[in-house]
Amino acid sequence: MNRELTDKKLVVSHAPYWHDGRTVSSRYRQIMLAALPAVLMGISQYGSPALGMISLATASAVAWEFVMNLVLGKRITVGDGSAAVTGLLFGMLLPATAPWWIVVLGTFLAIIVGKQIFGGLGLNPLNPPLLALAMLVISFEGIFDFNAALRNYELGFAMTYPLADLKALGTAGIDKFAIGDLFMGKQIGGVGATFGLGLVIGGIYLLIRGYVRWELSLSFLAGVFVTAWLFHLADATAYAGPMFHLFTGYTLIAAFFLLPEDSSSPVNFIPMLVFGALAGLMTVLIRNIGAYVDGVPFSILLLNLANPLLDKIRPKAVGKVVENA
Amino acid sequence: MIKRPFLGIGKPKLSYALVPDEVQELKVPKSVTLLLKDDDPGPGGGIEAGAAVKTGQRLSKSPESPNYVVSSVTGTISAVFPYAGTFGQIYPYAGKFGHPCTAITIDADEKDTWDDEYKGEATLDTALRFFGCLPGKPSFQAFADPGKTIRMIVISGQDQDLLLTANQAIVQNHMAELKAGIKVLKEMTGVDRVLLTVPEAMVQQAISTGAEVKALSAVYPAGLPHMVMKDIVGTVVPEGQSPEDMGTVFISAEAVAALGTSVETGRLSVSKMVTVVRKGGNATNLKVRIGTPLQVLLQGCGITVQDRDRLILGGPMRGMTTYSGQLPVEADTDGLVVQDRAESPLLGDHPCINCGECIRVCPVKIPVNMLIRFLEAGYYEDARDMYDLSCCIECGLCAYVCTSRIPISQYVDLAKRELALREAAEAENE
Repeated sequence: MNRELTDKKLVVSHAPYWHDGRTVSSRYRQIMLAALPAVLMGISQYGSPALGMISLATASAVAWEFVMNLVLGKRITVGDGSAAVTGLLFGMLLPATAPWWIVVLGTFLAIIVGKQIFGGLGLNPLNPPLLALAMLVISFEGIFDFNAALRNYELGFAMTYPLADLKALGTAGIDKFAIGDLFMGKQIGGVGATFGLGLVIGGIYLLIRGYVRWELSLSFLAGVFVTAWLFHLADATAYAGPMFHLFTGYTLIAAFFLLPEDSSSPVNFIPMLVFGALAGLMTVLIRNIGAYVDGVPFSILLLNLANPLLDKIRPKAVGKVVENA
Repeated sequence: MIKRPFLGIGKPKLSYALVPDEVQELKVPKSVTLLLKDDDPGPGGGIEAGAAVKTGQRLSKSPESPNYVVSSVTGTISAVFPYAGTFGQIYPYAGKFGHPCTAITIDADEKDTWDDEYKGEATLDTALRFFGCLPGKPSFQAFADPGKTIRMIVISGQDQDLLLTANQAIVQNHMAELKAGIKVLKEMTGVDRVLLTVPEAMVQQAISTGAEVKALSAVYPAGLPHMVMKDIVGTVVPEGQSPEDMGTVFISAEAVAALGTSVETGRLSVSKMVTVVRKGGNATNLKVRIGTPLQVLLQGCGITVQDRDRLILGGPMRGMTTYSGQLPVEADTDGLVVQDRAESPLLGDHPCINCGECIRVCPVKIPVNMLIRFLEAGYYEDARDMYDLSCCIECGLCAYVCTSRIPISQYVDLAKRELALREAAEAENE
């Protein structure tokens, strides 16, 4: 007998013995990587205030999660990267000059109110960065007035927030914006939300690697496009065209980074399409006939609430016996 | 281990090993150990140390007992002891994790002397009495069960799990035996419709067996009985039922070939084809006597095992790990996969992040993301009634893709077992 082998301590466990190699932290690292092009563009435009604000958002989100771990006596989960992603995405939505207390308060709302009190990772019913943003928008008037926040910048293109111009002046106010310029980031707005090309590159990277479900992103973009197009057909002087809506405000960052947030979005095929399309519809409705300049935060939060119900639309499992009373 | 490719919009595809690996026959080992299913493990009924046995001899504690093993060597019984299951415990209940067994160790002589109790009959009674320990462990119970009407036999010419090619090798190399076995099977059971499922490339070759040949998809889990029922036979097996309840019996190609050989020669087949997969993924089909200790197979392939490696009986998706190289090859051990400790994936304690990978990969469309929440909370009845627990065919794909590395298969097994125990307890109280 081979004594050597009998002395060896073998590991016994349950099948399967293979894994596709992905982890929670690798998933969040990839999302941060995909967000980088847009973030770097924002930093290059707005300089050190943007860098400081993004860094503060990310760091404070991680810090809040750490504090909450300690308070709740749970395992320290800051290493998995989810808090960093939440902080980074929240920072990307803010103007570069956002005051520090708004940033820290926002990440508090995102991490603690949006996530930890529901049980932490995977259990948040609402998108944390958007929840924080929405709470700040309705609490502090004028805090997201990009025109006022960025009035000291002169970057060589129209220094007014396109959606605000649209709201105030109709399509006459947006003639100065060329669609191509908007896509290349020549507009003001959130630090990481204006560079359309960067967001699309990051988004496509996540799509083809399977980190983001294409059904969500594409149905959202289709929902925005179709709704905006119908409005435009009805009255071309009052409502902007579909391309304008796609490339302004938070549309692209929502399509690839906010809407597909795992916990608050559906996973079944039809619910994903409905979720994305309705979020797109709501976004344009709020922009065109609602009170707020950008409809993205509220449309997605509203659909987040419908998510558990939507996700009940699912195929019958193979072999399931349905007993009719 | 197959990792996910860099690009992957859809679900990952795991392909079966289709081309049979090279076959190598090992000589009779110094000793074999046979596991006899036994409610009262230990020596008895003439099975005790010192007794002489012949190759092909039926060993049973009493003439009435339905449980028996067939000696795979000629020699002397050297030890009889209660057997500890794969996880090192004697499990007090029947099922997936086994049944109490008596382990019978036989010191083998070099030369075989064949037992003459079995003489080449091919009736259902002899099948129940002798063929249950043929390689591949065919079960003929369903044919004898008056509650079941068997209309079809499906012969699996493609292994059920990944990496394994034992059955492919049988289809490739033992066509004549397979043909004879199919003829015997038809006559013995009176079932006319015999399907033979093989990989696409072997269809032409397999037609000569006289069975109805169907090509199987190369993508896991197409070879699992429930998937063959759905995709090839066209009958969905309802939750909680088996293919046999639907009138279909599954038998491996190896068992059918062994049946053919046994009836033709009048000697029961006692050698098992085992696909041994080395750490690098390089595989060999070893033909060994049933009961050969696993370490003999490892030595035969020149494999060294280190601390914290895994020895997997079966394939990487559905196999069972074992704790010792001294355990034997059983009649249904199709593969022995050696997994390096660096290759072994670790489970995590992250909660479900709802990424939806499992939903896309599940072959029976179970909402795994919801199911796992109920299982973690221990709501097994709700999991069964609302989230399709009993539909699960245990292919392991959800655990394979799980980003949070949740032990989904363990939860599913635990829940199924708990529910079975509760049902048994309820039945007892009534």
